[in-house]
Amino acid sequence: MSLTVRIQKKLPNYCLDVDFNVDGDPLGLLGSSGSGKSLTLRCIAGIDSPDSGIIILNDRVLYESRRGINRPSRDRRVGFVFQNYALFPHLTVGQNIAYGLKQAGKTERRRRVAQQLDQMQLAGLGDRYPHQLSGGQQQRVALARALAPEPDLLLLDEPFSALDAHLRSELETQLSQTLADYRGLTLFVSHNLEEAYRLCPQLLVLCDGKMMAQGDKQRIFDDPGSVTVAQLTGCKNYSRVEWLSTHKIRALDWNCTLETEELVSPLQTHVGIRAHHIAFLDSLEGSNRFPAWIAGSSETPHRQTLYLKLGASPESSQDYHLRAEVFKEKWNRLKSRPFPWCVGLSPSRLLLLEDGKPL
Amino acid sequence: MIWQPSLLSLQVTLAASGVIWILGLGLGIFLAKTRFPGQLFVSTLLNLPLVLPPSVVGYGLLLGLGRGSPLREWLGIDILFTWQAAAIASTVVALPLMVESTRAAIANVNPELEAAARTLGSTEGEILWRITLPLAYRGILAGFTLSIARSLGEFGATLMVAGSIPGRTQTLPLAIYAAVERREYDLANVMVVMMMAIAFGFLYWVRQFDRHPHS
Repeated sequence: MSLTVRIQKKLPNYCLDVDFNVDGDPLGLLGSSGSGKSLTLRCIAGIDSPDSGIIILNDRVLYESRRGINRPSRDRRVGFVFQNYALFPHLTVGQNIAYGLKQAGKTERRRRVAQQLDQMQLAGLGDRYPHQLSGGQQQRVALARALAPEPDLLLLDEPFSALDAHLRSELETQLSQTLADYRGLTLFVSHNLEEAYRLCPQLLVLCDGKMMAQGDKQRIFDDPGSVTVAQLTGCKNYSRVEWLSTHKIRALDWNCTLETEELVSPLQTHVGIRAHHIAFLDSLEGSNRFPAWIAGSSETPHRQTLYLKLGASPESSQDYHLRAEVFKEKWNRLKSRPFPWCVGLSPSRLLLLEDGKPL
Repeated sequence: MIWQPSLLSLQVTLAASGVIWILGLGLGIFLAKTRFPGQLFVSTLLNLPLVLPPSVVGYGLLLGLGRGSPLREWLGIDILFTWQAAAIASTVVALPLMVESTRAAIANVNPELEAAARTLGSTEGEILWRITLPLAYRGILAGFTLSIARSLGEFGATLMVAGSIPGRTQTLPLAIYAAVERREYDLANVMVVMMMAIAFGFLYWVRQFDRHPHS
């Protein structure tokens, strides 16, 4: 089982240029909107055509510009779950699921539809019309319809974006179970990094049509490599750096000198640290510890975001260097402490980043 | 006295509706689904009979069907001043309504649904039959209703190519005009009621099909 995609397509704002393989584990395509994720899926499904390149699925050439091959969608054996599900509004749930099963005989078709309804917890809803279903049910029908013909490859284009937050996690669990049972390959498009992280062991990060990072999800989060990937994986703090020595840099935007665990290369132009990796300590003894003042803070239900200024007290709420995130319990313990606080940017937590260059 | 023009009106409208249904649907699908150079020109041309005065359309048809036309000179078919000519006039005048409605209704179908059907293994023909047409159904039916209404009431162009020959080409609208001209108001009254009954019947019949299970 394998999928090889190497395609280019020129667009008004950027040029899509991707080159990747999938074999086995679901691959998540992560990127902001308009980065070319959905277009990549559409090219693989044959809904859009690339300008050049090659797409091979399990030894079947779906597209090859050099030989003039461009198989129509209907022959590709690729299932597609659309962002807004694209359920046929004039057909019942059962008819929607049966739509791709016209080759199967009547009894076989009925059996497969019943099986899908059962697996997707849609039993009893076969005679309803799509508009009579909830958003979550519609999403499951879309998934059932795409899986019923047993495609070699399943493409999911932001399948959770049309759903309420409380439904997402429930459907996410269900989707990951469905994907675990599914024997084909899966490609999952998302702009939500946590969602992509939970569902896909492998990630591919896209920006303006170019691949910025590819590989094991944990490795990408631990070592994003470039500013763009760090941003897309949720890193909030950056500074331009000046190279001082192999393990020492000056963070220009944070006004401090930092020791690093990694070897610093002169190519690395930025340093970053994730908001939840900033430590609050009791003493300034040790490396990368600085006095800090709070410029402002904002709260979410379980966490507190703190805006910190290093080295001097802030002049306004906009005058800060770093965004830190702590749990509410920790915040309750911290907030009574006198200023300056002691903030630690652990050398092992620092992300050394290059300017965003495509792979 | 009133049965003959009534039956003739029915006959002409039925014939025109049949042609409009097939030709209008075909042209509407073609214009919605294909892109070719000069498309705007062709679709504008098709809409012209809607805007032109009936006398101009009638005159055009007279030239197209009469002496010196290929139909008559090469094929030897002379249908001027027959009920077929009246049916052709009705068709030409009412066709644009069907073509435009069909084209718009089909263009309005979400292309994502057609793309979904494609990934599920459908050929373009199957998509048209199972997805596009059922979803565009209401718009198409509305266009068909308008076309029937238009062809049933057709007067000017019909008068020019088919004349107003009692018993042969005099449809109800023409017969009403003739009756009023002769000041036979009683007859005119009866025919007007008849006309309304037929129009109502046609529209009512067509609306029977405008029922959808999912709406």
